[in-house]
Amino acid sequence: MKVLKILLVDDEQEFVTALAERLELRGYEVRAVNSGEEALQVLEADVPQAVVLDLKMPGLSGLEVLKRIKEQFQSLPVLLLTGYGSTKDGMKGMQFGAYDYLMKPLNIDDLITKVHEAVNASQ
Amino acid sequence: MKAKYLTTLISRIRKGTGENGNRYQKLRIRIAVGMFVVTILPLSIMLVINQHNFQKSLKQETVSQLRTLASKTKHSFELFLQERLSAVRYIAHAYNFEQLKSPDKLQEIFYTIQENFSGFVDLGLINPEGIQINYIGPYDLLGKDYAQTDSYQGVQVSGDWISEVFLGYRKFPHIVMAVERRRASGQNWILRASIDIDTFNEILGAMGLDPESDAFLINQKGLLQTPSKFYGEILTPVPLSVPPKTMQPFVRETEDRQGREIFLTYANLANQKFILTIVKPKASFYKSWYALKGQMLLVFLISVLLISLVIFRLTGHMVRQIKDADEKREIAFRELEHSHKLSSIGQMAAGVAHEVNNPLAIINEKTGLMQDLLLASPEMEKRDKFLSLADSILQSVERARGITYRLLGFARRLESSSEALDVNQVLNNVVGFIQKEADDRNVSIQLDLQESLDRIVSDQGQLEQVFLNILNNALAAVEDEGRIEIQSWEESPEMIAVSIADNGSGMSKETMDHIFEPFFTTKKQFGTGLGLSITYGIVKKLGGEIKVQSQIDVGSRFVIFIPKRQSVRS
Repeated sequence: MKVLKILLVDDEQEFVTALAERLELRGYEVRAVNSGEEALQVLEADVPQAVVLDLKMPGLSGLEVLKRIKEQFQSLPVLLLTGYGSTKDGMKGMQFGAYDYLMKPLNIDDLITKVHEAVNASQ
Repeated sequence: MKAKYLTTLISRIRKGTGENGNRYQKLRIRIAVGMFVVTILPLSIMLVINQHNFQKSLKQETVSQLRTLASKTKHSFELFLQERLSAVRYIAHAYNFEQLKSPDKLQEIFYTIQENFSGFVDLGLINPEGIQINYIGPYDLLGKDYAQTDSYQGVQVSGDWISEVFLGYRKFPHIVMAVERRRASGQNWILRASIDIDTFNEILGAMGLDPESDAFLINQKGLLQTPSKFYGEILTPVPLSVPPKTMQPFVRETEDRQGREIFLTYANLANQKFILTIVKPKASFYKSWYALKGQMLLVFLISVLLISLVIFRLTGHMVRQIKDADEKREIAFRELEHSHKLSSIGQMAAGVAHEVNNPLAIINEKTGLMQDLLLASPEMEKRDKFLSLADSILQSVERARGITYRLLGFARRLESSSEALDVNQVLNNVVGFIQKEADDRNVSIQLDLQESLDRIVSDQGQLEQVFLNILNNALAAVEDEGRIEIQSWEESPEMIAVSIADNGSGMSKETMDHIFEPFFTTKKQFGTGLGLSITYGIVKKLGGEIKVQSQIDVGSRFVIFIPKRQSVRS
C-alpha cells in the first residue's frame, strides 16, 4: 500500500506531536507544523496527499490558510479540526472547499477514515 | 406542616397581588368618578335650569291663557250689555212718550225686543215724577214709585244706566237698564228694562272651565253678582280681595280662604260696575308641571343609568387593558432580563468549553499515543495495568467531552432558531439534565413517548427550557421516591402534546389561578416566580397552549400543546 503523506497544522505543539507520532505508528508519513505560515512554506516545497488543519490559530487563521491552499492546490484534500461545539465554522470551511471537519478531542480512527475518504475522493 | 407553610405563603402572595389589584381598582374608581363628574354634573345643571325655565314658561302660559280667557269673556259681557242697552236706547228714541204710554204699543215693542234679544224680562215707562206708568212683564209693577231708586237717580246723571245685580221688588236677581229721554220742557221720561242674569251664567258657562275652577262677576264692593261654585251665594261678599280698577285683565297668585293656592284673574268690565273674576286652582297647574317634571326626571335618571353603565363597562375595559399591558410589559422585561442572563451564561459556557477542549484534545492524543506505544511493546512490565489506566483516562476524556459539547450546545441553542425537531429526543435531552438529581432523590421518571412522532418545526432551546422548567417544578413538588411521568402523543394533525405529571403536593384552586402570573411563587426563598410565566410566554410564542390540572396531595399535570408548524410570529 502506498504510504500516505499528511500535513498536520495546529498551534498546540503537544497536540500535533502526539497526533503525528500516533499516525506515524500507524504507518503514515506525517509532517507537523504549528502555524499557518509554516504550513504554507512546507507546501511550497513538498505537497502531501492530505492536510489536517486546525481552524483556530494565532496569526493566519485556519480559514485563511484553507483559502490559500485551495487557490494553489485545488485538488489537495483538507480536513478541518475545530474546538468549537458549533458546527458553524466547520460548515463555513466546507464552503471554502474543505472535505469535512472533525471536532476536538478527536477519535484517531475517525480521523484516519476521513483522511482516506478525502484522498479517495480527490483522485 | 408543609401544607400549612404553603397556605401561609399563598396568603402572603395573594395579599401581594391583592395590593396590586387594589391599585387598579383605585385607578378605575378615580377614572369612573372623573367621568361621572364631567358627565353628570352638566346634566344635573341642565336639569335644574330646564326645570326652572319650564316652570316659568308653563306658568307664563297658564297666566296668558287665563288673561286671554278673561279678556274674551269680558268682551262677551260688554257686548251683551251694550247690545241690550242700545236696544233700549233705540226704543227710547224711535218712539215718543205718547206712543210708549200705550200699553198695546209697549206690548208690541216688548215682544219684538224679546224675540230679538235674549234676557229681557220686562219693559216699563217711568214718568218724570218717577212713577212707572206703563209696564209689560210678568210682575205687577205698574204704578211703582222709582224716584228713590239708584236707577232713577243714576240715569238722570248720565242719560243711561245699567244697574248692578239686585233683587229689587221682585226678589229675583236681575239687572236694570234705564235710558232717559230728555225733553226741552224738562219733562224727562225714562224707559226701563229688566234683564235676568241667566245669560250671565250662560256666558260664564261658555268659558269651558274645568270643574276645579270658578268664574263669576263681582261688583266694586266685592259682592257676588253671579253665583259662585266655591265662594258663596249671589249678592254675598266674596272672600277675596277686590282689585284696583284697571281695564286690562291681570292675574295674581294667591291663596283663598280655604287655603287653596290659586291663580286669581280679574278683568274690569267697561262700565266699571262689574269685575269678571276667574279662580283657577294651582293644583291643576301643578299637575301638568309635575307630569312634565316627572318626565324630565325620568329622562335624567335613565341618562344617569346609561352613563353609569357605560362608565362601568368602559373603565373596567380600560383598566383591564392597562393591567394586561402592564403585565405583558413586565413579562417581556423579565424575559429579556432572563435571556440576557442566559446568553451571558451561554457565552461563558462556550468560552470555558472551548478552553477546556484544547487540553482535553492533548490529553486524548497523549493517552492515545501511550496506548499505541503500550500495544507495540508486548514484553513491557505491567503493560496491561498501564493499558487499562490509559483506557480509563480516555473514558474520562470522553465524559468531559460530553460535558463540553452539552455546554456548547446549550449556548448555541440560546440563539432562537427554528429547526425540525424530534420532541421525544428533546424530552430525552431534558430528562438527561435532571436525571442526576432525580436519581439522588430516588424519584422515578417514567417516559411514555409515542413512537414515530412527527418531527415538528420549532425552537429547540426554547422547547428545552419549557420542559426543563416544568420538570424542575415537578421535581420540587414530589417527595423523595416520588414519581414523574412524561408522555407525548399526537393530539391532532397539527398539534403534538406533551404531558408532565407528578404525584407531588399538588396545588389549590387559588394557586392554579395564579401560577402563570409573573412573581407568583410558592418557593418563596428559592424561586423568582418567573419560571412558569416565562414558560407560558414561550409556549404562547411558539403558538402553543399550556394546561394544568392539579389536586392537593394528589399531584399536578401540565399538558403542553405545540404546533407542528410554527406559525409566523415575531
